[in-house]
Amino acid sequence: MKILALTTALLISLSSAVTEADSETIHNLLQDYATHGAISPDEKQGEQLWQKTFNYDGEFPERSCASCHTKDLTASGKHVKTNKVIKPMAPSSNSERFTDSIKIEKWFKRNCLWTIARECTAQEKANFLVYLNKTVKF
Amino acid sequence: MKSTLSVTAVIFTIGVVTLPMVWGDSDFSWREIEEYKHRSTDVAAIANPVYEEECGSCHIAYPPGLLPARSWTKVMAGLNDHFGDNAELDGATYQSVSHFLLNNSADKSDYRRSVKFSSSIKSDDAPVRISDTPYFRHKHDEISDRMVSANPQVKSFSQCNACHAKAEQGSFNEHDIRIPGYGQWDD
Repeated sequence: MKILALTTALLISLSSAVTEADSETIHNLLQDYATHGAISPDEKQGEQLWQKTFNYDGEFPERSCASCHTKDLTASGKHVKTNKVIKPMAPSSNSERFTDSIKIEKWFKRNCLWTIARECTAQEKANFLVYLNKTVKF
Repeated sequence: MKSTLSVTAVIFTIGVVTLPMVWGDSDFSWREIEEYKHRSTDVAAIANPVYEEECGSCHIAYPPGLLPARSWTKVMAGLNDHFGDNAELDGATYQSVSHFLLNNSADKSDYRRSVKFSSSIKSDDAPVRISDTPYFRHKHDEISDRMVSANPQVKSFSQCNACHAKAEQGSFNEHDIRIPGYGQWDD
């Protein structure tokens, strides 16, 4: 019985350690964005920009985040040009998501440039983070 | 007659004694035979986690032995507009990936297919698309549009692995070709 209690305690502490590590990455990034003016990240605005379509001439005239990530954040996406599978954006479906701040910044830069033809502001990135981090599998 | 017999006996004895020495030689392993077969038909497989992570997220990690060093230099110089995508890397990663590509390029490899790719390209030319090299074009001249660009499961020649199942292992062997919707390809 004692062993069971100990094991349960250990498991709970382990799982909370993992959650803390995950949210620590996001927490640190949000703090950094706050120093650049993004004091109150807005989940709704994050969702709106994620779903907005931008128009261009030439290849891929209609671009949005969903072009590659699809509209279902809990599902796998596909690179619109190469067909390469992209793992789900929602942390509930992909535990690797939002655990590495360098990776997050790298993809924000690349994908904002492709989709909206400029880098995203600190406010926009903060909005995206709170929106994406809250998506859950139904 | 007797001397012929003894000469034969001597030769036979030498054979019996030396044969196990040759076959038992530890330098002559099956792994090396496999390696030789791979070397004589394909391009080198990738064994570089940084390259695989950085260059294998949006498309397959192309084996560097498919283009010469001068082509890779050009690719790396244009990462801000990498076929329409921004693919810039930070300083240390950039150096690491460049180093790997340039040291394992087609013109520095003795793998048979790398030699073919490299020698098919004019010395003053540096194509940045593998599908623009003369050797690639020659090998795919019988492949129609409906098998590739009009095929939703393939879409583009850039997706080597759509048909070449072992592309990322550097193997483009005919036996491993399967065109989605068309089945095994028989040249």
